Amino acid sequence: MEKMPKWADVVLIPLISLILAAILSTLVILAIGENPVEAVNLMVTGALGSTYGWGYTLYYATNFMFTGLAVAVAFHARLFNIGGEGQAMLGGLGVAVACLYIPWPHWSIALLAACAASMLFGAAWAAIPAYLQAKRGSHIVITTIMFNFIAAAFLNYMLVNVMRPQGSQDPATARFPEAVHLPTFQSMFSTAENAVFRGAPANISFFVALLACVVVWALIWRTRLGYEIRAYGHSETGAVYAGISPVRITIIAMLISGALAGLMAINNVMGEAERLVLNATEGAGFIGIAVALMGRSHPFGVFLAAILFGFLYQGGAELALWTSIPRELIVVIQALVILFTGALDNMVRIPLEKLFLGLRKGAE
Amino acid sequence: MTVPAIELKGISKAFGPVQANKDISISVAPGTIHGIIGENGAGKSTLMSILYGFYKADKGEIWINGTKTDIPDSQAAIASGIGMVFQHFKLVENFTVLENIVLGAEDGGMLAPSLAKARKELKALEEEYELFVDPDKRIDEIGVGRQQRVEILKALYRKAEILILDEPTGVLTPSEADQLFRILHRLREEGKTIILITHKLREIMEATDTVSVMRRGQMTATVKTAETSPQELAELMVGRKVLLQVDKVPAQPGKPILEIENLRVVDEAGVERVKGIDLTVRAGEIVGIAGVAGNGQSELLEVLGGMRPGQGTIRLNGTPLALSGHGSDGQARRAQGIAHVPEDRQREGLIMDFHAWENVAFGYHRDPAYKRGLFMDNAALRADTERKIEKFDVRPPNAWLTAKNFSGGNQQKIVVAREIERNPDLLLVGQPTRGVDIGAIEFIHKQIVALRDQGKAILLVSVELEEIFSLSDRIAVMFDGHIMGERLPHETDEKELGLLMAGVAGEAA
Repeated sequence: MEKMPKWADVVLIPLISLILAAILSTLVILAIGENPVEAVNLMVTGALGSTYGWGYTLYYATNFMFTGLAVAVAFHARLFNIGGEGQAMLGGLGVAVACLYIPWPHWSIALLAACAASMLFGAAWAAIPAYLQAKRGSHIVITTIMFNFIAAAFLNYMLVNVMRPQGSQDPATARFPEAVHLPTFQSMFSTAENAVFRGAPANISFFVALLACVVVWALIWRTRLGYEIRAYGHSETGAVYAGISPVRITIIAMLISGALAGLMAINNVMGEAERLVLNATEGAGFIGIAVALMGRSHPFGVFLAAILFGFLYQGGAELALWTSIPRELIVVIQALVILFTGALDNMVRIPLEKLFLGLRKGAE
Repeated sequence: MTVPAIELKGISKAFGPVQANKDISISVAPGTIHGIIGENGAGKSTLMSILYGFYKADKGEIWINGTKTDIPDSQAAIASGIGMVFQHFKLVENFTVLENIVLGAEDGGMLAPSLAKARKELKALEEEYELFVDPDKRIDEIGVGRQQRVEILKALYRKAEILILDEPTGVLTPSEADQLFRILHRLREEGKTIILITHKLREIMEATDTVSVMRRGQMTATVKTAETSPQELAELMVGRKVLLQVDKVPAQPGKPILEIENLRVVDEAGVERVKGIDLTVRAGEIVGIAGVAGNGQSELLEVLGGMRPGQGTIRLNGTPLALSGHGSDGQARRAQGIAHVPEDRQREGLIMDFHAWENVAFGYHRDPAYKRGLFMDNAALRADTERKIEKFDVRPPNAWLTAKNFSGGNQQKIVVAREIERNPDLLLVGQPTRGVDIGAIEFIHKQIVALRDQGKAILLVSVELEEIFSLSDRIAVMFDGHIMGERLPHETDEKELGLLMAGVAGEAA
């Protein structure tokens, strides 16, 4: 018998965790002498009150969907991929190479090529830790963390010494040619008399992210590979019994994970910056871990959690802009949400399970 | 009337919706051996865990030597003179016997005085109870039987007057078990009170003075051992009449299906587990491998099932099988006609968090019957599961339940259904009824015999001699990676097999 209904696990626990995080954040805001009601108001209007706000919220959410899916796929094989950040950086390099060195006639073909390149680069960056884990038993958490640093140093080198245009002082590539600029929400949804999403970075990549959610869902729950990944994630000895090769699954799951993290670059590099800059990922690879945890590694959960974190990012930026609440506090609030939804899951879960058992006993 | 050493009054304990213990009262007289018998999941271990302070009872009282006692943790249990010998020993393998005995009962920061004192006391204990072990040997250097003595000594060193033994013979050979019973009788003579938990009827009959029977969390009877019979106890355990013997006609072995020649298996740690064995299993016969756990039987099954590499020759229907590398995994074995009911259904045979219908595909998930285009044909799989659930009487008959929510017996039925319904040429069966209730045991045994009668070859590995005797048409005994001999069940007895299991060679088979 299940300890509690499924809806409680999927909806109630994240909700209670969020409320707890909100209460604590309120106390913190009160403690520094600001008005929490006003702060919430600012965040909501800043992130959701206009198409401009939505344009930013969804832009961030797109990043988090890709990295969240990446972490989620690896989770199903019980692999903790902390390397989303580095894989996304390499994805950016892939996008830059694809966009700068090949003259594409149209953005749509360029987008396909950029998707392929970013996935390839991201997967390749995940392949080395995957191989080390599968064949040598080097723990994936340690190796992927180290690979984040290597990726950062590598990109630094590439941007400063190789890809920086002659005479430029900025460690960044040249701007991508006009032909490969992706349609933004502004150009997609504005009409002649009504301009929406003006100046916001949300772009067509958002729909690629939605598609990725659906594809990952089908992969995990409808294909034989997904079955094998989940079986391996639940029990390695079981997998060996069933003739599922742990080496093969470890490597494949990490390649898919790395590819998804790399794919994020079509949003931030190709869609927004339209060139590759230093630290283009801005920590989205790490937020992906929280998104996957909160989304219970389910693509739909990842979608919702990514929107939530997009809201926190954009709302937080607005808060820093209009109040004396320092930028660092926004990070604290975001961290509280991660802490409660991810790390302190059992703190909410165990009392709730007891409550449901009590209710059930009472009903009998 | 003497004051009981232990008296439990109305103990109840629930884990969520499961009532593990329900209003249990027992009274154990000092200086006796009291047996508690029941099937797996009847609540024996829960009851003892309450007595040892691991769980807190929801209701009820514990009285020790006539005083009401609270036992919030194991420290309190030890202080009240209760010692426990667990099924899985809690010893530090690379410590010496002496260090293990002192562990947790040191007198101060410095170890030497404690060890010296323990050495003296140990000497006295050994002589008093005839429990001899070398105090300076490391645990991993001594056998399982000795390790168990160390556990008993640990309890006695902590001044235990009441000793609880949880399934103590699970890892012992028959002769080691006999030795254990002699030790227990000796302890009883010295006035200790012993509670023996087991699911084996034979042990109850041999070793105890009184016996309590548990069924589904309740105490169904307490009787004097001398006044009962195994048949009566079995009925009390299950709640209905049971067949202790399997009905089967004599085997009619046909051509050899499985031929093993000089098979060797080296495990991950580089230890040779199977040391060159030869074995043939014919169509229409059940070959049982007897032996104490850990003598290479598991590794033999795992090589045959494609779970680990080996060296030597294995032929199936005359065709050699790959024993390492490509074509030696579980997928290949299944394609070649080998089905495998693994020894550990929870870690190997099932994914405990998968639905029943997902588990029915486990190992066969690449079967084209479950495929539709790019995807798995979950509808076909579920329909197939419904059929198997009905045919094998899996309860509750719900394909959407996750494996962990079925009882042990029904989990095993799912595995057996999946493997037998593949109509394999060779069925590997490891510990088919471990942790399975008697009713399901009967059913599973019947299915295995039915497959034999269809002319299939069956290789059975079990540590339960009773099971080996009742199912096998031929018995091979494994000890230390060798086959010590083959016997026909009607030409041998437990005593002879026991000797073979302990590595004492009989005349050539």
